[in-house]
Amino acid sequence: MKRPKLPLVTETSQAAMFSRRAVVIGAAQAGLAAVLVGRQGYIAIAQNQRYADMAEENRIQMRLIPPRRGWIVDRHGHPMAVNRSDYRVDLIPDRLEDPERVIAELTRLLELTPEDIDRIRRGLEAAAGFQPVPVVEHLSFEKFAAVSLRLPELPGVSPLRAFSRYYPEGAAVGHLIGYVGTPNREEYEAEDKNPLLIAPGFKIGKEGLEQVMEQRLRGRPGAARVEVTARGRLVRELRTLPDVSGPPLRTTIDAGLQSFAARRLGEESGACVVMDCHSGNLLAMASMPAYDPNSFSDGIGHNEWEMFRADERKPLLNKVLNALYPPGSTMKPSVALALLEAGVDPEERVNCPGGYQLGNRFFRCLGRHGGMTLHTAIARSCNTYFYAMGRRIGFDRIAPVARSLGLGEKFDLPVVSQSYGTIPDSEWKRRRHGQNPELFLRADWTDSDTLNASIGQGYVILNPLQLATMSACIASGKRVRPRLVEGEGTPPQDLPYDPEYFATVRAGMDEVVNGHGTAGRSRLPFPDIRMAGKTGTAQVRRIAAGQRGQGGERRFRDHGLFVFFAPADRPIYAGAVVIEHGMGGSRAAAPVAKDVMTYLFDKDKAMTALHALEAQWGGNIAQRMERRAQAWAARSATQAEDSEAAG
Amino acid sequence: MRGLHIPSPLTTLPWKMLLVVCGLTGFGLLVLYSAAGGAMTWAMPQGIRFVVFLGMAIGMSYFRPTFYKEWTFLAYAGVLVLLMLVEAMGAMGGGAQRWLDLGPIRLQPSELMKPAVVLAVARFYDMLPAREINKWMAVWPALVLIGLPAALVMLQPDLGTAIAVTTGGVTVMFLAGLPLRYFIGAGAATAVAVPLAYNFVLHDYQRNRIMIFLDPEADPLGTGYHITQSKIAIGSGGLTGNGFLQGTQSHFAFLPEPHTDFIFATMAEEWGLLGGLIVIFGFALLLKWGTSVALASRGRFERLTAAGLTMTIFFYVAINLMMVMGLAPVVGIPLPLISYGGSAMMTIMICLGIMMSIDRQNRLDPRRRQPD
Repeated sequence: MKRPKLPLVTETSQAAMFSRRAVVIGAAQAGLAAVLVGRQGYIAIAQNQRYADMAEENRIQMRLIPPRRGWIVDRHGHPMAVNRSDYRVDLIPDRLEDPERVIAELTRLLELTPEDIDRIRRGLEAAAGFQPVPVVEHLSFEKFAAVSLRLPELPGVSPLRAFSRYYPEGAAVGHLIGYVGTPNREEYEAEDKNPLLIAPGFKIGKEGLEQVMEQRLRGRPGAARVEVTARGRLVRELRTLPDVSGPPLRTTIDAGLQSFAARRLGEESGACVVMDCHSGNLLAMASMPAYDPNSFSDGIGHNEWEMFRADERKPLLNKVLNALYPPGSTMKPSVALALLEAGVDPEERVNCPGGYQLGNRFFRCLGRHGGMTLHTAIARSCNTYFYAMGRRIGFDRIAPVARSLGLGEKFDLPVVSQSYGTIPDSEWKRRRHGQNPELFLRADWTDSDTLNASIGQGYVILNPLQLATMSACIASGKRVRPRLVEGEGTPPQDLPYDPEYFATVRAGMDEVVNGHGTAGRSRLPFPDIRMAGKTGTAQVRRIAAGQRGQGGERRFRDHGLFVFFAPADRPIYAGAVVIEHGMGGSRAAAPVAKDVMTYLFDKDKAMTALHALEAQWGGNIAQRMERRAQAWAARSATQAEDSEAAG
Repeated sequence: MRGLHIPSPLTTLPWKMLLVVCGLTGFGLLVLYSAAGGAMTWAMPQGIRFVVFLGMAIGMSYFRPTFYKEWTFLAYAGVLVLLMLVEAMGAMGGGAQRWLDLGPIRLQPSELMKPAVVLAVARFYDMLPAREINKWMAVWPALVLIGLPAALVMLQPDLGTAIAVTTGGVTVMFLAGLPLRYFIGAGAATAVAVPLAYNFVLHDYQRNRIMIFLDPEADPLGTGYHITQSKIAIGSGGLTGNGFLQGTQSHFAFLPEPHTDFIFATMAEEWGLLGGLIVIFGFALLLKWGTSVALASRGRFERLTAAGLTMTIFFYVAINLMMVMGLAPVVGIPLPLISYGGSAMMTIMICLGIMMSIDRQNRLDPRRRQPD
């Protein structure tokens, strides 16, 4: 019997096959069950420790407690930067699930402005992971509570009670103290991703003393071991190590004087420096206009920034340190000291016929002064005298004296940056122009260079702090250098010049204000206290003779400068005032110096004068800044409408 | 009504199996209570659902297997129409959708399709004369019966359910006695097709899940997060677990879906390996019962149906557990009876209802040959 190729399939054989195959499947299922048990055993027993650690890593977090920043106080302990308890809200980018919804919800809860939203969006784009993006600060408790209540539906939102920086003097200390802000990505990476820098609400110094003294002001963070959920909600605190606040930083500044100086500068763009002429302690260094550090510390809005950038008075520039001006006649006291040091007889007369002939070029003086001694040449600011005498001894003998008085020097100060300018000499010019292919810039020092430099023009360019330092050196006869932090540095040594020379120069400067001088209108309103000084007028650009930048477009007008010390007979204070485009030292700068010195000897009298001026200007600094901001906002709104209409 | 059976004494109910089902669900309710942070949020509706569906399953067991056999193709066709309806609504509504809103109930037709495919394929081989089994005629109708719904579910897109539907149907084909070489050939073809499908058929998110499954720790905060967190929960549980209500992975929301797809991880964190053994052993008992029902059946339809439905339940359990333990990609298949949710519960109860019906017939008349 031939078997069929395929076995005949019957129902019985099919049933048998079913049973066989069902057993195969059952066995496979049992096998898989065994694999699953084995797998769970492997994970839960063999790798238990590893996963237990990972679970703990998940739920236990070290939370940094940001330290409170050290106060910045003035010489009397009066606070200039303090911390205020504050409610705030931040966004943690890594925990945000739906940024748009969260921002919309926060906008509703916190009444955010479009400006705020714009700033938050830019913050989110620039932020690195867990780095918080501030939403609002200085929140009322009601709004803070409203956000806290809705927290479960707002992942990535972190409401916090923290401390914010407050500067009682506002814009008056803007450039001096700087401001604080949320660290940016670069700053975070520069500190090796220090986790403190991404703690919500933590801020670091961004300018001025706040930036330079960052490490000293910061303090030591505390830490809390906390149990958290996946969304970062705190379950409980396990252990806490308290933070250590930063120690207070005592500066040499006199907060009252600083504020007065800033206010007295008024609507002008300028700088006012006052220092103790024996120690070099800076009592005031105001640069106006300035930003309000309180407002900058909350985060700088795009609009605010644009407004400051557009202002021709340059509110973002610290004019005490970072602006350079030709000193003009304020240079003359140091030239006079150099002349005496070089052996010039102070009684020798130089006739001033209204200028000085050098070759075929006539260097002008401001007047026809007739016979001038050193004393009268300082008092009346006679260029001819300094042209003639400067040329006699040569500028290479003037420059070292000028430098010994701090001119052209970069000071050892806790500041972010200094522009230190130039006191030129022949060596400097060779270096500077030696390789210059243009023939009219000669590499050798000429007499006309000396003449220009002797009246503080030409290549000479300095910052207001250097002028103040020079004034302090002449006032005290010591090698005074500015200091900003109390208790640092050694007391200044005497300068290696004959004290008689200093007395001679000081007498000339006394005459400027209190005799037949250029600043007679700026005498102090006291019978027994005199201020001595020297005016200066710095050309902004070379203008044809007789048309000396005394009018016309603001940006071409001359700068007004004034260096001073007081009391004239036994100096305590020295300083400098620069008013940009003020058109003259006696007209713009000396009156500011007069009021600032008055403040030091009689506060009430000075404040009365200031209040009268501020009434004229339309309010104090904060009020005027507010009005400017409103005008700016109105103008940008109009412009936006115009461009829309045009488009 | 020929199919209606006069209610037998309650002794004909498979009490041991029901005890296992109740035990598993009860344990599941404890886990749900803990997953809700010690609240009845999930446990209460789940408990009510269990009672309702268990009642339904017991009710179903009083219908004879013949009843199911007669209505098989109509039911299959009905579910297929529902599937198409979902697909059409999804296309019109502008978004993929897996369910139909029927007032209080959200019906997920793809769930109903899992038992329906098993029944339909079993019915087909039941009708097929034994000698035809080696012919082409024995293959293609079954492939159509499986392929049509699988393709529709795949379109939703729901890879997990599509594989479940296919697995149920193919298991029945295998048990029906098709030549072994077909399966070996199909297996080889799959091995070739998988890379192709991976590149041309699967959606990005599905492809991503598979990639993540192969290397979960490459993306611990992204899609690999699910698997990693699940393994942390299971692994930190150790032998006896952290204790009831003490799981941090689930309570602090590190574990995603702690009450649905990843409930086994939630359980394992608090009950450890012992809890896992209890669950796996429970399901093993349930599946052993299913297999024994299939082996005890005389009728070809009953046999194939019981075995196919057992496979359907097994597939749920196996894929879910492999997924949470990092042995399979995350495909979104719940753990039957334990995961929170009505759809899977309903499917399992339909399977059990039909199997209990078959079991009842086996017990009442073990030696009686089926008329077909």
